[in-house]
Amino acid sequence: MEGLTYDTVLAFCQSWSVVYFSLMFAVAFAYAFWPSNKKRFSEAAYMPLRDSDGDE
Amino acid sequence: MKRKTSAMTTATDLPSPLRFDLALFPALLALGFIAALIEVARSPDPAMVVQAWTFMACMGGIGIFYLATYAGGLPREERTGYATNVIKAGVVASMFWGIAGMLVGVIIALQLSFPNLFYFPDLPWTNFGRLRPLHTSAVIFAFGGNVLIATSFYVVQRTCKARLFGGSLPWFVFWGYNTFIVLAGTGYLLGVTQAREYAEPEWYADLWLTIVWVGYLATFLGTIVKRKEPHIYVANWFFLAFIATIAVLHIVNNLALPVSLLETKSVSLFSGVQDALIQWWYGHNAVGFFLTAGFLGIMYYFVPKRADRPVYSYRLSIVHFWTLIFIYIWAGPHHLLYTALPDWAQTLGMTFSVILWMPSWGGMINGLMTLSGAWDKLRTDPVLRMLVVSVAFYGMSTFEGPVMSVRTVNALSHYTNWTIGHVHSGALGWVGYVSFGALYCLVPWLWNKKKLYSNALVEWHFWVSTLGIVLYITSMWVAGIMQGLMWRAYNDYGFLEYSFVETVQAMHPYYVIRTIGGLLYLGGVLIMAYNLWRTVRSSETAATEPAVAPLAALEAAQ
Amino acid sequence: MNHGFFERNSFILLFGILIVVAIGGAVEIAPLFWVNGTIEKVSGMRPYTPLELAGRDIYVREGCYLCHSQMIRSLRDEVERYGHYSLAAESMYDHPFQWGSERTGPDLARVGGKYSDEWQRAHLADPRSVVPESIMPPYAFLEKTPLDYRDIADVMRANKAVGVPYTKEQIDAAVADLRAQADPNADGVDDFRKRYPKAQVRDFDGNPNQITEADALIAYLQMLGTLVDFKTYHADAPENRR
Repeated sequence: MEGLTYDTVLAFCQSWSVVYFSLMFAVAFAYAFWPSNKKRFSEAAYMPLRDSDGDE
Repeated sequence: MKRKTSAMTTATDLPSPLRFDLALFPALLALGFIAALIEVARSPDPAMVVQAWTFMACMGGIGIFYLATYAGGLPREERTGYATNVIKAGVVASMFWGIAGMLVGVIIALQLSFPNLFYFPDLPWTNFGRLRPLHTSAVIFAFGGNVLIATSFYVVQRTCKARLFGGSLPWFVFWGYNTFIVLAGTGYLLGVTQAREYAEPEWYADLWLTIVWVGYLATFLGTIVKRKEPHIYVANWFFLAFIATIAVLHIVNNLALPVSLLETKSVSLFSGVQDALIQWWYGHNAVGFFLTAGFLGIMYYFVPKRADRPVYSYRLSIVHFWTLIFIYIWAGPHHLLYTALPDWAQTLGMTFSVILWMPSWGGMINGLMTLSGAWDKLRTDPVLRMLVVSVAFYGMSTFEGPVMSVRTVNALSHYTNWTIGHVHSGALGWVGYVSFGALYCLVPWLWNKKKLYSNALVEWHFWVSTLGIVLYITSMWVAGIMQGLMWRAYNDYGFLEYSFVETVQAMHPYYVIRTIGGLLYLGGVLIMAYNLWRTVRSSETAATEPAVAPLAALEAAQ
Repeated sequence: MNHGFFERNSFILLFGILIVVAIGGAVEIAPLFWVNGTIEKVSGMRPYTPLELAGRDIYVREGCYLCHSQMIRSLRDEVERYGHYSLAAESMYDHPFQWGSERTGPDLARVGGKYSDEWQRAHLADPRSVVPESIMPPYAFLEKTPLDYRDIADVMRANKAVGVPYTKEQIDAAVADLRAQADPNADGVDDFRKRYPKAQVRDFDGNPNQITEADALIAYLQMLGTLVDFKTYHADAPENRR
């Protein structure tokens, strides 16, 4: 790949990585804070506390 | 709770004794045995012959285990409830390797402190260069690995309400993994190494581990697939990320061409700068996914369980998970700042390392705040205290790490004992304590005992090892910063002030203090081993059997 | 967004993890193989001679890289202490690289020629006999152990397969070349020198009766960092900006 020089890689890293990075964060946050997920998550949080015994 | 009833693994779910796994694994063992036999007969490489004998012994041993366990039909344990025996074995192996690995650590610390007493000029296998990988592999992969196998097997069953997938597969994973450990450790003593830090085992051991790791992934994922709970609990996310990512890292970093199929030696597929980046991409993510993600899985189960309250914020744990695995994977180049690695990669590594501080502290806050409203338990429950202190150490070393990744700091800290101190604050404080906490929880649960033999001994363990950690990391901090400053010190005439050997001499007192710290830490683990052994031997069984009995009872009710 | 998307489907969770991890790794590592100028163009680099290669294997076997780096960083004190900062080109034939991560002992990237063979021998056998404050392990067994070079041609062939430009001639002459480098009176010395420019030929361990592991290791140490011709290397030239 002749065209791939230090400067193109640098430009790519400095621009697209920020976009990719922000996108990842946005998706993770949206997923975690999506209103309809709230109930599921609070139920899931109790999972370790009601796991081992059948007699609670 | 209706879900409970449907969650049971019933006896009828289990297949007949003519099982696929009972044909597959003995066949694999036989293949391994034959391959090793060929090596013994044909290899001109003496190290390979010893390794092959070792491997044959392991294959034979596992074969006998299979015969003893399955020859008389399916063992009772496989017909009801959760798999527990393999987890018990993992706990025992963890303690054994932990003590062995830490003992080797103390020995090599003594070698650097008193070279005239602890070196033997005509015994190559006793030299620092061969024992150091033995120490790192024994504590990380043998101790840490067995803790992760045991805890992940325990947690995934409880949070999925399902027995471990694959029949005898978990046993194959356990024995296969420990075979890898034995092969790797004896190899180091023979001088068999790829010279890749934390990935020293040679090509044949790597191949074997790949097979075992596929088995591990299959066990874990298979159990999640057949779960009776609608959700996959977040601890399992971390375990899964650990297993999957380690598989990728292991394969890529160990791409090597054997010199011959009958020789131990291999050459890396990559060279120089590319090889360096791949190695430290691996090395850093071995920390990120083995020593962090895996043990976070432990934290997200055992801290809530022990504190008897749900994790502080489940949402935060999700953000923690995705941001952590996303950012960690980029941070490797901070091991190569100011080297011949191109600048753009260095900058990328540094930037992500600094950002990594945020998700790490998100995780720490989540772990610590789980105790909000129950802080008083720290006073009365030394096991919970150990778990919580581990999270505090996690927070401390994940703050220190980003600081050390900043170029200007790294210019001073790199190549010095500061790095050793940093690694051990994470290893002794975080990985060690979270493992000890989990093992203290697991032993009474697995062996069906009311409680630990002695809480006072846990207190002793905690304080002795805490003193050990403090001595260890403070001595290495001082030594490292001093070393870095001495290397770059100039005198009035503009010349370097110190010769290298003067900096070596200056390290001596700190090496001695470090050895004492290590000894105390090892002493703590010996106290723990005694306590756990007495717990197992105690006659005070728990009122209700926590694992198997309720399941069996519910089966009977059906 | 579907609640519990990832939690509900274990395989989607697995692929999500793998994709996130793969993108990070690939974007960072892959360009190194293609970006022009990852490795500088220098004159003087050549593959290791068979004896040096055998010595390097001993260096690896004994875990020397655990205490000695071979990577001089571009910092003033390091350049003054150890010499010109290391270039990527200098480790381009290293499978695996030996940059190291720790300096319990000094950097060895340019140790070649800094000490005499006699010093290296005495130091390896008993480090504290020449440097009293040293904490290095003693390697007295090296000069007593005959070098095992039965597989040296295979090792070179494997290196060639992963990209080291050994010629067929070099591989065919591997054993003869290995012996010639350790014996200035051997017949093949001239041919050997032609095949490996700048190679040092002498009896490194001071024992003409046999080729020992000390011969190989010292031959390797004495050539470290000596190959690149820095008179023709211009760090400021645009093609060397990285």
